[in-house]
Amino acid sequence: MEKQIVLQMLNIMKIYSNGVVANEDVTLELEKGEIHALLGENGAGKSTLMKVLFGIETPDQGKILLNGQEVHIKSPQEAISKGIGMVHQHFMLVPSLTVAENIILGVEPRKGKVFIDFNKAVDEAKKIAETYNFDIDVTAKVEDIPVGIKQKVEILKALYRGADILILDEPTAVLTPQETAELFVQLKKLRGNGHTIIFISHKLDEIKEICDRATIMRNGRSMGTYRVSEISTDDMSRLMVGREVAHSFEKEAAKCGDVVMRVRDLTVYNSQGVLKVDGLSFDLRGGEILGIAGVEGNGQSELIDTLNGINKKYKGTIRIKDADIQRMSIKDVRNLKVAHIPEDRMVSGCAGTLSILENLFSNQYDRPEYSGKMLLKRKAIEKRSNELIEEYKVKCRSNKQAVGMLSGGNIQKVIVAREFSSAPDIIIANQPTRGIDVGATEFIRQRLLEFRNAGCAVILVSADLNEIFALSDRLAVMYKGKFSGVFTDVSAVTEEELGRYMLGLEHAEKLEGAIYE
Amino acid sequence: MNSMRKFEVLRTVMAILIALLISFVVIFFVSEDPFNAIKWLLTGPLTSKRNFFNVVEAMIPLIFTGTGVCIMFAANQINLASEGAFHLGGLVAAVVALKMTLPAGVSPVVGIFLAACAGALFTAIPAIMKIKTSADELVSSLMINYLALYFSTFIMKYFLMDPAIGSASYPIPEASTLPTLISRTRVHPGIIVALAVAVLGYVFLYKTRIGYQLRLTGENQKFAEYSGISIVSVILISQLLGGFIAGMGGGIELLSPIYDRFSWTSLLGYGWDAIIICTLAKKNPLYTPLSAFFLAYLRTGASIMARYSDVSLEIVQIIQGVIILFIVAQQFLSRYKHKMIAQEAKSALKDEEVA
Repeated sequence: MEKQIVLQMLNIMKIYSNGVVANEDVTLELEKGEIHALLGENGAGKSTLMKVLFGIETPDQGKILLNGQEVHIKSPQEAISKGIGMVHQHFMLVPSLTVAENIILGVEPRKGKVFIDFNKAVDEAKKIAETYNFDIDVTAKVEDIPVGIKQKVEILKALYRGADILILDEPTAVLTPQETAELFVQLKKLRGNGHTIIFISHKLDEIKEICDRATIMRNGRSMGTYRVSEISTDDMSRLMVGREVAHSFEKEAAKCGDVVMRVRDLTVYNSQGVLKVDGLSFDLRGGEILGIAGVEGNGQSELIDTLNGINKKYKGTIRIKDADIQRMSIKDVRNLKVAHIPEDRMVSGCAGTLSILENLFSNQYDRPEYSGKMLLKRKAIEKRSNELIEEYKVKCRSNKQAVGMLSGGNIQKVIVAREFSSAPDIIIANQPTRGIDVGATEFIRQRLLEFRNAGCAVILVSADLNEIFALSDRLAVMYKGKFSGVFTDVSAVTEEELGRYMLGLEHAEKLEGAIYE
Repeated sequence: MNSMRKFEVLRTVMAILIALLISFVVIFFVSEDPFNAIKWLLTGPLTSKRNFFNVVEAMIPLIFTGTGVCIMFAANQINLASEGAFHLGGLVAAVVALKMTLPAGVSPVVGIFLAACAGALFTAIPAIMKIKTSADELVSSLMINYLALYFSTFIMKYFLMDPAIGSASYPIPEASTLPTLISRTRVHPGIIVALAVAVLGYVFLYKTRIGYQLRLTGENQKFAEYSGISIVSVILISQLLGGFIAGMGGGIELLSPIYDRFSWTSLLGYGWDAIIICTLAKKNPLYTPLSAFFLAYLRTGASIMARYSDVSLEIVQIIQGVIILFIVAQQFLSRYKHKMIAQEAKSALKDEEVA
């Protein structure tokens, strides 16, 4: 039987205001009641295509047919009214409201014309949760529920608004393996109910597991649509990346040197007074990569910002190369040869409006090679910046181009080039490859390994478990500000095991391997 | 990106044209003889040597305060105290001229230097308040200008006032004044200092390491902080320097042939104008002379128009307002910009295919 086509996006082209061609002649067709994977590297244009569909972006070319009729979707409201729902990668929920209140937000049942009928809201939320077999306490506050449930709330929100087509933007990125499995069960049920789901991901095994068909994107172009059952993961990955990907790294055994960083009883509260790092102690030696895994928000960011001297309000001690950093400025810490790849590249990693050249020297401009007493040495800076652009393969027109005009991967390369070129002894890398393409990811990981082989100490915080497994010599799992487990033999740990530690289901009775005595 | 720069120039020119157009419409409504008025507005400054050099002399204070504001705004320190700094600069120059006996030639130099220092100290007040109490410099610097005004008036009335005049100081002695550069005009050496300050301001912001720190902080303070730059010193240096230049401008203005006494009993507005200059110059001091010339030309034209036609001077305020509105409106011409970029990107794609 020929399947009914519910949605067609034909020859979509989208150019952003910074000149990036995010979609170039992309075509996507959805059959009713399928889970359709939209597969591609970060930066391939998946999210853009979905933003076009959801009315957030206007395409420069192409058209959208919904059930055979051309539609112009100008806003998310319009998309919703046409039965398209989207669950964003970053949840759009109001933390201080209850689940039910979040679900009805914007389409509230009313008492009279003015007042919200909260009882009815709870009833309706319960009803919709039951309809779709979601086991949720709708009276709980969103801020109190775990990430996996928040995602369910997002899905319910879309369903409550009558979504037939559901867009899920990297839904598993923030989930533990256990939560992912549960999500998949739900998605299959939705498919059974006749909903069509677009599943955005770059994780091949997940796509294999639950998707019917996959449209593969690379570099803003569609590489074709395939039945998942008829295509191997190797083929998918080749179409996605354009070449064979080395899935594992050649890694020589770590040659650990002296301890370069000693952290004892570190306790950090965030600006709202919430305990984020809870009495953490560990050592770091030259020549090793210490991976820190954990569900986001378990204190990793606070830990990193304290280690590199940005946050000064902490208890406990941090000694870098035997120097206590409590009273040191960020500059002093950097002068101990500490490099830092920040978590959010646009917030603290670069100045988007300034040129590549100007962004490459923010940590080194005052070195004698680049600056006299007053004036910068323009020629030396110019020369060095071109060398770095070439060495780190930054794709750009010239070193004068504004960093904000580059793609995410290239911005990250600029940041990495800047940090790595400072000849560090310690690298603190927080999500160094988040949201960038496979090529750049591989490049950065390779570089981190090279530094480690040369005796540099590396702390790697990453939400990407593959990355953690591939690079770490030692692995710690953070849960609620503490290490719930430390593994000195990374190869002996399975992903499921790690997941249990990440969720706090399991705790090491006695932490061993965090401290070298 | 070259096309971006072209676009910014185009945007500015369009804003100016639209503003002029609107002012023409207004003139048509209010004037009996609109063409005459428009003629004087646009060409008035070119009709005589004196008129033209009126433009030049009016540029001088604008370049000073404009450059000062560029430096502060480039560091994202929205300090509006250059108005007060300029005023105090004038006062200090007058005090030095009237109360210190110094040889001719030395006196104006000392006066201008101390005027600059007074300006620097003045704009540093909001900076220090920001560092110590994290008070927003926008509000504190705005309010503090009145302090400068009334303090100056007080000093003038109690220590410098010429009883024969009543609302102004004794005349500035010859030994302290700046000479005229061109006979039968009031153009003075301040123009040379002003141009030098604009160039030096550019060199400072774009070629020195402190300037680099300032701009980095101005574009993204978190990034600057993370890079190890001391934000406190950036806050302080940028505002000290901005006030220094504004104060210098005030001192020079008062000692110039334009004034023969300290008679500033209300704020002159050069600090506010500086914001227009800075906006037009896109925070680059190198462009402040050009922006200052434009504004001075417009104002001179308007005052000539007011003299020779039935349209009043205030029309200039409309033009200024509209220009600023359009330049700061991010969405203005954004559709055109998107088209331009899309076109460029498409042709780049085609090139790639060919290659």
